[in-house]
Amino acid sequence: MQWETVIGLEIHTQLATNSKIFSGSPTAFGAEPNTQANLVDLAMPGVLPALNRRAVEFAVRFGRAIEAHVAERSVFERKNYFYPDLPKGYQISQAELPIVGRGHVEIVMDDGEVKTVGVTRAHLEEDAGKSLHEDFHGMTGIDLNRAGTPLLEIVSEPDMRSAKEAVAYARKIHQIVTYIGISDGNMQEGSFRCDANVSVRPKGQEELGTRTELKNINSFRFLERAINYEIERQIDLIEDGGRVVQETRLYDANKDETRSMRSKEEANDYRYFPDPDLLPVVIDQAFMDAVTADMPELPDVRRARFQAQYDLSPVDANILTATRATADYFEAVAEVSGDARIAANWVMGELAAALNKEGRDIEQSPVDAQALAGLLVRIRDNTISGKIAKQVFEAMWSGEGTADEVIEAKGLKQITDTGAIEALVDEVIAANPQQVDNYRNAEPEKRPKMIGFFVGQIMKKSQGKANPQQVNALLREKLGE
Amino acid sequence: MSLSQDDVEKIAHLARLAVAPDEGAALSRDLSNILDLVAQMETVDTGGVEPMAHPLEMHQRLRPDEVTETDQRERYMSNAPQAENGLFLVPRVIE
Repeated sequence: MQWETVIGLEIHTQLATNSKIFSGSPTAFGAEPNTQANLVDLAMPGVLPALNRRAVEFAVRFGRAIEAHVAERSVFERKNYFYPDLPKGYQISQAELPIVGRGHVEIVMDDGEVKTVGVTRAHLEEDAGKSLHEDFHGMTGIDLNRAGTPLLEIVSEPDMRSAKEAVAYARKIHQIVTYIGISDGNMQEGSFRCDANVSVRPKGQEELGTRTELKNINSFRFLERAINYEIERQIDLIEDGGRVVQETRLYDANKDETRSMRSKEEANDYRYFPDPDLLPVVIDQAFMDAVTADMPELPDVRRARFQAQYDLSPVDANILTATRATADYFEAVAEVSGDARIAANWVMGELAAALNKEGRDIEQSPVDAQALAGLLVRIRDNTISGKIAKQVFEAMWSGEGTADEVIEAKGLKQITDTGAIEALVDEVIAANPQQVDNYRNAEPEKRPKMIGFFVGQIMKKSQGKANPQQVNALLREKLGE
Repeated sequence: MSLSQDDVEKIAHLARLAVAPDEGAALSRDLSNILDLVAQMETVDTGGVEPMAHPLEMHQRLRPDEVTETDQRERYMSNAPQAENGLFLVPRVIE
């Protein structure tokens, strides 16, 4: 039988505010436990939540970015459940009236196919604290630093039909939230967490199959693997005459499998009701206008601009706008070096390779945009050749200084003195009479290829420092007749 | 509408309320009465009425995104039944 997979994602993205959503505690990552938890976060009796304006602005900004309907009036509700990392006994969230309504994003698959994925809604809520189960002589340790951190939960339509599409969608949302600056998107630190709803149905069937929910996946690679494992599991189960049970499953990256979380049957009875501590949130036109005025350039817009402004191919523009950091880096290099083409080649070539080799992000590059531009300037003004530049780049990468410092220290300045180059050319011609004969007897169309041998010898003698254009010109002249 | 004894137990459990065995019958009667009242209200046509989220005719004021709190961990922890290494300790919970 032919099966069709149906996937929807729920993404929790942590908003990059300084303070919590309902209190003035800081939200910095990695602080000593419970040093960022105040009376509101600890849920002491008599405290009241005070809503953070920035969190609301960020939610609206996201709504604008996905062309969604932003609710003029949204309502916070209490989602009731008992767990010690949530000391109030409820999470403040939004249910019936979320701040962001229906929107959509476009994803581009490897084969170039463009697909629109619907976003059902996005709502504001608070994060819970952390439970630590080890080393407390049979007790559980609670750290409430994260309690009250603002989250935007982004819920998609069940529009994805493969793990690859789900990953493309998650990457797109990640790209958007980091571009518009509402989240740092750091997956290791939990700023961007994916839950996937996965079901299968016989191809052509309208009705959806029973879904399972895969929880807390913190990398794109694991997301793809977890979904693929789950699809296989469900199909095998059904083909063996079994039935898929609606449940929450955890992905175990070590074993590459999903497994059922034991959950109580009433676990989903959250008894939502409007939080009487908070009034409805009203977004008026002035608020919308202010957010729109503050809106950074969106990735798709920037990609189109790169193509037009820097004369880049669609593929290159796509690579250079993949993350905001990459796009910012490229633009800085292009501007300072004054040559977008060479900037694009270096950012996608040497720099990308070096970053890749060490598994670094562009933000952690030891060679920053200014430094790289400084190197490219020296290629453009013929101080060094492109080949020597690679050598300089390596030295810069390992912290040996700026391009100019490295060129100076290593004596890499290009030889452009005609007399010096001529001497080298003569030397090589004299040392290789056989090759010279071959060249002179060859048919003219074969000569350009053959000249490479001499160029190579001269470059070797000059340790790569001879200006290649001059070498070529002189060689052609002297070999000519 | 009448609530069974089982319904009452479930609701009590969700709210983490201890209900003594002899209270069950009275509670199910009282809660059923409340639901009857709700059922009576449901007969009113509210088609043109916007659902009310809050009795106050106001909307939420927003606070600037500023850190206003300082670390008071030691004071808060002195209030807790048990704490260790900066963590509040609670009876073991297993997912």
